[in-house]
Amino acid sequence: MSPQLIFWPVLFQLLLAVALLFLWRKVQVQRAVSIAGSTVAVVLSAALFTLTLRDGIGTVQAGNWPAPFGIALVSDTLSSLLVLLTSLAGLAVSVFSSASVTGARLKFGYFPVFHILLMGLNGAFLTGDLFNLYVWFEVIIICSFVLITLGTERKQLEGAVKYFTLNMLASIIFLTAIAVIYGLTGSLNLADISIQIAAIENRFLVEIAAVLFFVGFGIKSAVFPLYFWLPASYHTPPDAVSAIFGGLLTKVGVYAYLRIFTLIFAGDAFIRELLVTAAILTIVSGALGALIQNNLRKVFSYLIVCHIGFMIVGIGLGTETAYAGTVSYLIHDIVVKTNLFLVAGLIFRVKGSVSLRDIGGLYKRYPWLSLLIAVPLFSLVGIPPLSGFWPKISLFGAATETRSFWVLGALIFGSVLTLIIVAKVWAAAVWKEPSGKNPPVKMVLFDQISKERRILYVLPIVLLSLVSLYIGFGAEHIQEIAGRVAADLINPDAYIEAVLYPAGKSSP
Amino acid sequence: MHLLLAIFTGILYAAGIYMILRRSLVKLIIGLVLLGNGVNLLIFLMGSLVKGGPPIIPEASKVIEGPFDDPIPQALILTAIVISFGLQSFAIILLKRTYQVVKTDDLDEINTTDEFA
Amino acid sequence: MNTLILKTASKFLLPLLLMFSVFLLLRGHYLPGGGFVGGLVASIAFVLHAFAYDMQSSRRLLRVHPGFLIPAGLALAALSGIFPMVYSDLPFMTGVWYPESVPVIGSIGTALFFDIGVYLVVVGSVLTIIMTLSESA
Repeated sequence: MSPQLIFWPVLFQLLLAVALLFLWRKVQVQRAVSIAGSTVAVVLSAALFTLTLRDGIGTVQAGNWPAPFGIALVSDTLSSLLVLLTSLAGLAVSVFSSASVTGARLKFGYFPVFHILLMGLNGAFLTGDLFNLYVWFEVIIICSFVLITLGTERKQLEGAVKYFTLNMLASIIFLTAIAVIYGLTGSLNLADISIQIAAIENRFLVEIAAVLFFVGFGIKSAVFPLYFWLPASYHTPPDAVSAIFGGLLTKVGVYAYLRIFTLIFAGDAFIRELLVTAAILTIVSGALGALIQNNLRKVFSYLIVCHIGFMIVGIGLGTETAYAGTVSYLIHDIVVKTNLFLVAGLIFRVKGSVSLRDIGGLYKRYPWLSLLIAVPLFSLVGIPPLSGFWPKISLFGAATETRSFWVLGALIFGSVLTLIIVAKVWAAAVWKEPSGKNPPVKMVLFDQISKERRILYVLPIVLLSLVSLYIGFGAEHIQEIAGRVAADLINPDAYIEAVLYPAGKSSP
Repeated sequence: MHLLLAIFTGILYAAGIYMILRRSLVKLIIGLVLLGNGVNLLIFLMGSLVKGGPPIIPEASKVIEGPFDDPIPQALILTAIVISFGLQSFAIILLKRTYQVVKTDDLDEINTTDEFA
Repeated sequence: MNTLILKTASKFLLPLLLMFSVFLLLRGHYLPGGGFVGGLVASIAFVLHAFAYDMQSSRRLLRVHPGFLIPAGLALAALSGIFPMVYSDLPFMTGVWYPESVPVIGSIGTALFFDIGVYLVVVGSVLTIIMTLSESA
């Protein structure tokens, strides 16, 4: 693989955003360019993923400055996999946005900002430098601030205040952690820090840095007790925006946890315990929160919190099976959560409401659509052989292996409550008799819009459902990839070697 | 100088945290600004500070002689300052719009999105 | 604001500040200066003009919409980074330099074009922010 390919998922999104900025105000063209560009991005990232899978870890140094002095971009299996999933979710949301996001928002640069957000996500997944990770995080949150406030409705602004404050605070804490790490090791390259940190005698300072990372990423990935901003803000922007937020933004936090706590703070017992405790409480509080909500978007927001717990628990347990479980859960969750918010958007368009009391009778009107909605909903629960089933098996296995019965209990509790919630949503949306309440008058409903737009609404949901069906039925393949990632995470020597001693430079 | 910087960093963090715990939206943003400056000072402090030893190679020689200051924290701080400039200007506009729409800057009253419906 | 002194002064200051901004831009690679500072100085020149006269006349003076400068600068910066990848299969952002030095400008390389891109982005975004604020206030 030519190492230059690693830059392209990031650069291509940048060039796409620049092209869209030139097309400011030409809304129709922007839609077409965004969809076409997202398709190319999927091809590029698929190429990166398959080549990484074939040739092993690829690294490239920006500006040709050798590591650890320059900024390294690293494409290992985990990074390239997440880049591929980001592009897939990006394509789906781009198509959905072209139908659902209204003209006024498009005029103020919805699509350029959306593609810069995707660039930030790709950059965060690919970078091998701690400070660069911070910069990508900032790119992501600045874009997300714009997307969450675009339209400036009252509820959006109220949600944005909380979202902004907590995310900015998280960045400040993350930066503090970087300062401490830099003071301790004098390096910013993740692989280099991983070597240097082992030699530090004052473990207390290392633990302080670890806790700072825990809090900083914890806010971003919505871990108990730092998640309150999420259900307060994720239901306020348009559904296409919620979809990309719910599917990917919190997962960047999980990815950062996976990287930092396997590469830098591996084997720290205190942090393990902290992660497991926080994860158990996240599962319980997220599930209970989702149970009592009546707003479909809020139910899904709380389910994000609940399932973040599933992933963090695997990182906390820290065995190979657990990491494999976390990674395969991550794959499944990105696809399904993005899809769920798109489904919420579709239901809103069909019924003019997202309150569980007012939606209903979907099966009577649109039997095929209800069947389609069943795929993401029941994948989320993990009814075998749909996609949520296999990662849960790995996580259950890891919990029994390490004899952590609290974790096992929380996992079962979370899964059962998810089942109850999904059954509730299914019954309310699909089977229940429609309530007599009329939708808001000025809203253009699903059966009133043109056929092309209806296709654009349904197509991304079909795409993501197909992906999640593949994850479920092709579980063998997914489990193999997750196993490879887990092996890499348990033993990061290959990663360190690839970054610091690429071919041509002698290893120590 | 290290001690002085450490004390200033502490003061900035303390003042920032105090301010973000207040109920007013304006004070919240001032708090975030103070915290941001505190972090920048902390990064500055964390590099090996050397007084009067700029990391510049004299034209006559090929290497730096004597102890020299670490240039990386300054690059990091510069980046962090530019980023926080962007975020802070966004915060101020957000504040202005929120005040126009919600007509209050009391954070206890900006809670309709949390209400159970 | 309507003061004769500021109006007269800004007429002379505008070209001077623009010259100074280009000077800062060009010396920026090895000496203090660079695209960011240069861009700020250039936008201050226009802001000063807007103070002395009004926003409309500075807008006319600029000819292009500041919103256009942002993608133009971004594109230039990105392309100067991509150039070494296409030209000689070096990583993104590697400096490629024209071997001979040009009088006044100095060495020409990808870093110079990157800086010009930054300059344009800074001028564009600062002027967009200030124009939007002054028009909404």
